[in-house]
Amino acid sequence: MRDLAVRFHTDGGVVTAVDGLSFSLRRGETLAIVGESGSGKSVTGLAIMRLLPSGSGCVVEGEVQFAGAGAARNLLLLDPEAMRQIRGDRIAMVFQEPMTSLNPVHTIGDQIAEPLVHHRGLSHRAALDRAAELLERVGIPEPRRRLASFPHQLSGGMRQRAMIAMALSCDPDVLIADEPTTALDVTIQAQILELIADLQRQSGMAVIFVTHNLGVVAEIADRVLVMYAGRAMEQAAVAPLFARPAHPYTTGLLASVPRLDQRGTLRESLRAIPGNMPDPTRMPPGCAFHPRCVHAVPGLCDQAVPPAESLADGRVVRCARWRAIAL
Amino acid sequence: MSERPLLEVEGLEKWFPVPGGGLFGPRPKLRALDGVSFTMQRGEVLGVVGESGSGKTTLGRAVLRLLAPSAGRIAFDGTDITTLSRHRMRPLRPRMQLVFQDPFASLNPRMTVGSIIAAPLVVQHRGDRAARDKAVADALDLVGLPARAALRYPHEFSGGQRQRIGIARALILRPDFLVADEPVSALDVSIQAQVVNLLLELQQRLGLAIMFIGHDLAVVGHISDRIAVMYLGRIVEIGPTEEVLARSAHPYTAALFAAAPVPDPSRRGHRVMLVGDVPSPIDPPSGCAFRTRCPHATSACAVARPALRELSPGHSVACIRVSA
Repeated sequence: MRDLAVRFHTDGGVVTAVDGLSFSLRRGETLAIVGESGSGKSVTGLAIMRLLPSGSGCVVEGEVQFAGAGAARNLLLLDPEAMRQIRGDRIAMVFQEPMTSLNPVHTIGDQIAEPLVHHRGLSHRAALDRAAELLERVGIPEPRRRLASFPHQLSGGMRQRAMIAMALSCDPDVLIADEPTTALDVTIQAQILELIADLQRQSGMAVIFVTHNLGVVAEIADRVLVMYAGRAMEQAAVAPLFARPAHPYTTGLLASVPRLDQRGTLRESLRAIPGNMPDPTRMPPGCAFHPRCVHAVPGLCDQAVPPAESLADGRVVRCARWRAIAL
Repeated sequence: MSERPLLEVEGLEKWFPVPGGGLFGPRPKLRALDGVSFTMQRGEVLGVVGESGSGKTTLGRAVLRLLAPSAGRIAFDGTDITTLSRHRMRPLRPRMQLVFQDPFASLNPRMTVGSIIAAPLVVQHRGDRAARDKAVADALDLVGLPARAALRYPHEFSGGQRQRIGIARALILRPDFLVADEPVSALDVSIQAQVVNLLLELQQRLGLAIMFIGHDLAVVGHISDRIAVMYLGRIVEIGPTEEVLARSAHPYTAALFAAAPVPDPSRRGHRVMLVGDVPSPIDPPSGCAFRTRCPHATSACAVARPALRELSPGHSVACIRVSA
């Protein structure tokens, strides 16, 4: 992905949801995109899938080069039919709330079979057989019987498994998982994370995991992209990012999460990031994080958007003061 | 602690009727609370953790008498409130307040922040207009919002600020007991810490007792003096936070803590994982409700419901497989 920008023209002005976002994703890799509300993390996933509403004031710029099995093609320039061939087949997506993303009036079996009929040209019967295999693979008991179930008859965890089964039906090269465990209980979340990691080991697919939960990131990611107000603030491999965050926002985010394993007997205050998220129609000038940043320097951070600097260890940081802060 | 507890709960049960059942058969009941007993001291923070369907929200509503208990007993500061009428509850209401999860749905969008925060004073016929305005300004100051916020509307505030408004409303009557039901779950990570800090600061400053209901174990563990772990309407383990964290005795507690992801990639690895889902509270398993998912369950676990036993002072567990 090179210089992705997503803008919405609204009555309140232009909202830039994503700006200057670049990253690459290798086969079999898990990239976590972390951010809070309004960071642009979900919009990024939707832009890759070309699922953003076109013609309603939404403008997408940049390049999303997708190689898959053949030569790289810019997904943003594909005609709708060519994109339809890729979506759900080579690149699949799982959403946060399985209840709203599954169709309530179709059986689980029919919904999993649909992409197989559409993309693979399987007969309905053969597709259902495959659907049962997929349900078994994602750990749903009595898969044959479950084919005839409707979404409301499954628990939240089972619905998310069914969603994953559907996304995996065509063995995609890339799975985009947008907060797939946020609505689930922790014991179920652990099962789903383990399931995605397992499936990834088997199939070698790449995963883009969109989340706000740093614990989940630490658990599953190879590399991490930290977004704030539409921009990538920092990008790094998971271990160095947690051990030595370079961007003050990453540092602040990590410090604001309480940790059971580091709980002292005295309840200290958490090191909260002061202030609030910026209003997307009135972004602060310069670095969007500067009004909340303890290291911000007037005349520098509030002037120009800092460039994304690539460091020797493969890290990318967008902060005018990262060197000074690291000292 | 010889002092009389602020809150005593004994054998609390709450059933909800559910549709279904035969024409002449008994109507099925959902047992949201199934014999819950605990006490809370003044100024104490009790964390209540559990997954969806564990009954933690119902517990919070029941101890505030926002729900009528089906059985059991609740005493607040020595007064049995289990069956008090609305009218008789009224003088006690100012002392027990609630902070909601959703800072968007819990504030009336057509009211100014000032009238939202003053509403409890109006309901309780406290003070005149000037006194209320003063109290609102004080409450806003307490939660770190400027006094001029009183003239604005909820939509002008961010999620974290709205949660501060909700807390100001809950505190304006100077309660001694607060139920905070997932007060930070709807907030962004960087804002959660602000609200957690605020609650802790207020608790220490005002000597509040807080029942902090949550599903994020790290947050609940951070804020609580004691933790109660709930599963299918029952408390399976309760004790001082350090004890429960360091020596979790119940297999469910252990599994719950093991499942919580830690923000440290160096601690990644395979964990003991619970299989399956929480069983239906309409037809819970016999004996120990957790036995269907428990890696340590034996046939004995199906026979009788395990009672809470004290392992060490204040640390109790409901499991027959745990040796004292």
